[in-house]
Amino acid sequence: MRISRNGFLRFLAAPILMLARKRATAAHGKRWVMVIDNRKCMQDEGCTKCIQACHIAHNVPSIPDARREVKWIWKERFRRLFGAEAVPVMAENRLSLALCNHCENPPCTRVCPTGATWKRADGIVMMDEHRCIGCRYCMAACPYGARSFNFVDPRPYIANRSADYPARSKGVVEKCTFCEERISAGRLPRCVEACPSGALVFGDWNDPKSEVRKLLESRYAIRRHPELGTGPSVFYVI
Amino acid sequence: MSDRPIIASGLAAFIAIATLPFWYNAFANRLGRLDLAHADGKQCVAPVEVMRRSHMNLLHEWRDLRVRDGVRTQAGPGGRIYDISLNRTCVDQCHHNKAEFCDRCHTYVGLKGPDCWSCHEAKQPLTAIAERKAQ
Repeated sequence: MRISRNGFLRFLAAPILMLARKRATAAHGKRWVMVIDNRKCMQDEGCTKCIQACHIAHNVPSIPDARREVKWIWKERFRRLFGAEAVPVMAENRLSLALCNHCENPPCTRVCPTGATWKRADGIVMMDEHRCIGCRYCMAACPYGARSFNFVDPRPYIANRSADYPARSKGVVEKCTFCEERISAGRLPRCVEACPSGALVFGDWNDPKSEVRKLLESRYAIRRHPELGTGPSVFYVI
Repeated sequence: MSDRPIIASGLAAFIAIATLPFWYNAFANRLGRLDLAHADGKQCVAPVEVMRRSHMNLLHEWRDLRVRDGVRTQAGPGGRIYDISLNRTCVDQCHHNKAEFCDRCHTYVGLKGPDCWSCHEAKQPLTAIAERKAQ
């Protein structure tokens, strides 16, 4: 049997290639993303079911003063969320959903001086209010306005306080955590569960068979300000 | 020589004031031993002596495990699995009553902190939880 020079070199390199492939698959844990079907979501502009469900589940206060409000998920004009992506007269004035983008390259975690916010291996940008000193650097760094500061004690503004989830105290920053406490128990985020039209889809980006991947493969999707290089994990199919 | 009574009374007053803390402690009520209700006679996550001395360390450890490392459960003695939760495990499952257990001892030893309960809330009476679930 004759072996070519090319074949011989490949034979030598085979173990290295195998090792590299194994490492590549090992690095692929889960990476959580959310896909918002904006055609469905923007149908009913008055619907706030996901917002209510989230805010009740996580003891988010309803503070009437807009300068002091706390929000994890909210609705805003399309134009304000997407800037240049919004085509005039099309959808710019309609309300669209927004939440923490759980960026691939989050600017908020880089500026936090205490490590109170950090990115987990599964892509969730977590918040540890125990360590937050309330400097609000992260709020200045986040280009999406996804973080809120507790300017006042939030407890008087929580209607039905749930003992299943802690509230926050005055002087800390808070935000959406992709319902990390529910995901770890194998459940879907509360907003996804609460959406009556199935407009919110949540899943693993690294799983090619997941619903989020199928949706992103079949429909055109946009993200909020991708030009900033943050790599948002919340996609909007339009 | 006519100043003698004034000096003597001044000195007496000074000594009385300077030694006041000692007198106060000598006649103050003793605190006595505080008897806390034990957790149903069940075993805790660690022996009583360990918990008495360093329950705060365990709480800190649990907090970091749960929030930062995403660990949700921990095995106690005898292989029993505990949910890492201040509310569900420490208060609800074991000690039942925050006011009777945590607060009583912290007041006893004159401890001003900790501020766990400014965010975490001890389980409400069962009826309130049932009402919320029914909604």
